[in-house]
Amino acid sequence: MRLDRRRLNGIAEQGVSIFVTLFGLLILTFVIGRIMPVDPVRAIVGEDATREVYENVYRQLGLDRPMWQQFLLYLRDVVTLDFGTSIRTGQPVLQDIARVLPATIELATFAIIIGAGLGTPLGVIAAVNKDRWPDQLIRVISLMGHSMPIFWTGMIALLIFYANLGWVGGSGRMSQFYIGMVPERTNFLLIDSALAGEWEVFRSAINHIILPAALLGYSSSAYITRMTRSFMLDQLGQEYVTTARVKGLSRRQTVWRHAFGNIRVQLVTIVALAYGALLEGAVLIETVFAWPGFGQYLTSNLLIGDMNAVMTCVLIVGVIFIGLNILSDILYRVFDPRTR
Amino acid sequence: MTRDIPAPAARRRMPQSLIAARNIVLFLTRSPTSLFGLVVLALLIFVALFAPLIATHDPYAQNLQATLQPPSPAHFFGTDELGRDIFSRLVHGSRITLTIISLVTVVVGPLGLFFGTVAGYFGGKVDTVLMRITDIFLSFPSLILSLAFVAALGPSLNNAIIAIALTAWPPIARLARAETLTFRQADYISAARLQGASPARIIWKSIVPMCLPSVTIRLTLNMATVILTAAGLGFLGLGAQPPLPEWGAMIATGRRYMIDSWWLVTFPGIAILCVSLAFNLLGDGLRDALDPKQMNKR
Repeated sequence: MRLDRRRLNGIAEQGVSIFVTLFGLLILTFVIGRIMPVDPVRAIVGEDATREVYENVYRQLGLDRPMWQQFLLYLRDVVTLDFGTSIRTGQPVLQDIARVLPATIELATFAIIIGAGLGTPLGVIAAVNKDRWPDQLIRVISLMGHSMPIFWTGMIALLIFYANLGWVGGSGRMSQFYIGMVPERTNFLLIDSALAGEWEVFRSAINHIILPAALLGYSSSAYITRMTRSFMLDQLGQEYVTTARVKGLSRRQTVWRHAFGNIRVQLVTIVALAYGALLEGAVLIETVFAWPGFGQYLTSNLLIGDMNAVMTCVLIVGVIFIGLNILSDILYRVFDPRTR
Repeated sequence: MTRDIPAPAARRRMPQSLIAARNIVLFLTRSPTSLFGLVVLALLIFVALFAPLIATHDPYAQNLQATLQPPSPAHFFGTDELGRDIFSRLVHGSRITLTIISLVTVVVGPLGLFFGTVAGYFGGKVDTVLMRITDIFLSFPSLILSLAFVAALGPSLNNAIIAIALTAWPPIARLARAETLTFRQADYISAARLQGASPARIIWKSIVPMCLPSVTIRLTLNMATVILTAAGLGFLGLGAQPPLPEWGAMIATGRRYMIDSWWLVTFPGIAILCVSLAFNLLGDGLRDALDPKQMNKR
């Protein structure tokens, strides 16, 4: 990989575009934060503060300055990673988020393993059997996953698999009984309990994560199946596939080794994007399963109007999304020899 | 002169577009999945139009003597915690769903078409600026952005619709731009330009009609997401407020009684699933119907 001028230009261009997108993101969160109907001063000083105290805080927050100066102040806070304190917990927002994010990452990772594990083979089977019954069946299955209101499916699944059948654990990350038994090192419960050698807790955690993760995974498998199918159809229509078959390779080898081998790069980028989209499903599914993660933190703060916390969450989601987009771009460049 | 000429042309075109529409519907009815989509959509419109006639009870009438009744001939889908008839609430809720869908479409379609075609036709700086703006919106999952907007505007059905519309136009704009880029260099566009047509006229008369099929497909597929987002907002208490019979909000209130009274959450959920699935299947079918490449293969 030689770094010639064109390549450098390309990287510079991408850098600028990322910078502009980030800047736009900041403007967006700033604007949303300003038009919020919550009075940030009242939220800090309380309902029965004196006028003097109120004015003091008002000036401290810089609300008496012109808009553009307020925006610069906001930029300074973001650059120094000072996102203020959450009104509800009284802790710095960033600290709060660092505490809840691992629960969501754990859930999303489990879900994407299920989603990709289900979606990829289904997509390949659908492509190989294009327009025949397996294709139609898979289409309906994956569209169902795409169409279901996940908060509702979550409740119904809890009703069936937890309340009636008792196959899985209920809401939360582990049974009430085990809470506080494992020292919090990474906040990833599965890792923490394994490190502490508490296999009972580990099993309880698996029992609790499997249902929400399966539902999230099913909903994201819809997208993965669809994309896999269309990538595979592109490959199967090409001449090398015919050549391979004429040469005497079995159908299975042609499909899985040659055609599938060629779409792996595209698949990786798709899975990276699907992983980001899981954050969205997580907001709803965490509410249903009382999962103490990022989504629940976001919604509970939304409902009480904790502006600092909400805007920081939105900003972080935006940054994660941009990050995943860049990552999928880089993966594409690294693995696809044609882009070199 | 300008008054008289378009009139016969328009008269001739009207039946033709009707024929095209009929052909598309005929094509859709041939596949069982898109037929399902069509039927559910027709049913939704029918139920919404005649809601007061179909509903067996007043959707807001409370009857504290008959709370949490299981489904029976008197109450097809049972009653909720205040004794309201769930079937009637679902029927009236279809009006809310239809309102959300139509308002979002009316806002998002033209907005996306406008930004997309303008960016694609003019290119250069206009394109860069407009596409940067869509990029910023696209860098959020739509539900989270809608959440943020609703938080800023205050929770209500109208604000939920505004928030959804604000987050749903960028994909349409992207698509319209991509389509425009493929026609921009076409000979008939150059011909129109040489004849002295203004950019506005070229975009409106020559480019927008070419973008319509793909934008329609995308809008239809988007409706599934819009319904899920609206229901999700309602579920979180940020969309339609009680006592409005919005399906997502109904699930949210039914959640507390779910273990003993399954019908409170089951029926609204099935309604959401059906409508959202119908739009997905219909969008899928439309893609086949309007894609000339696909038509030739058949």
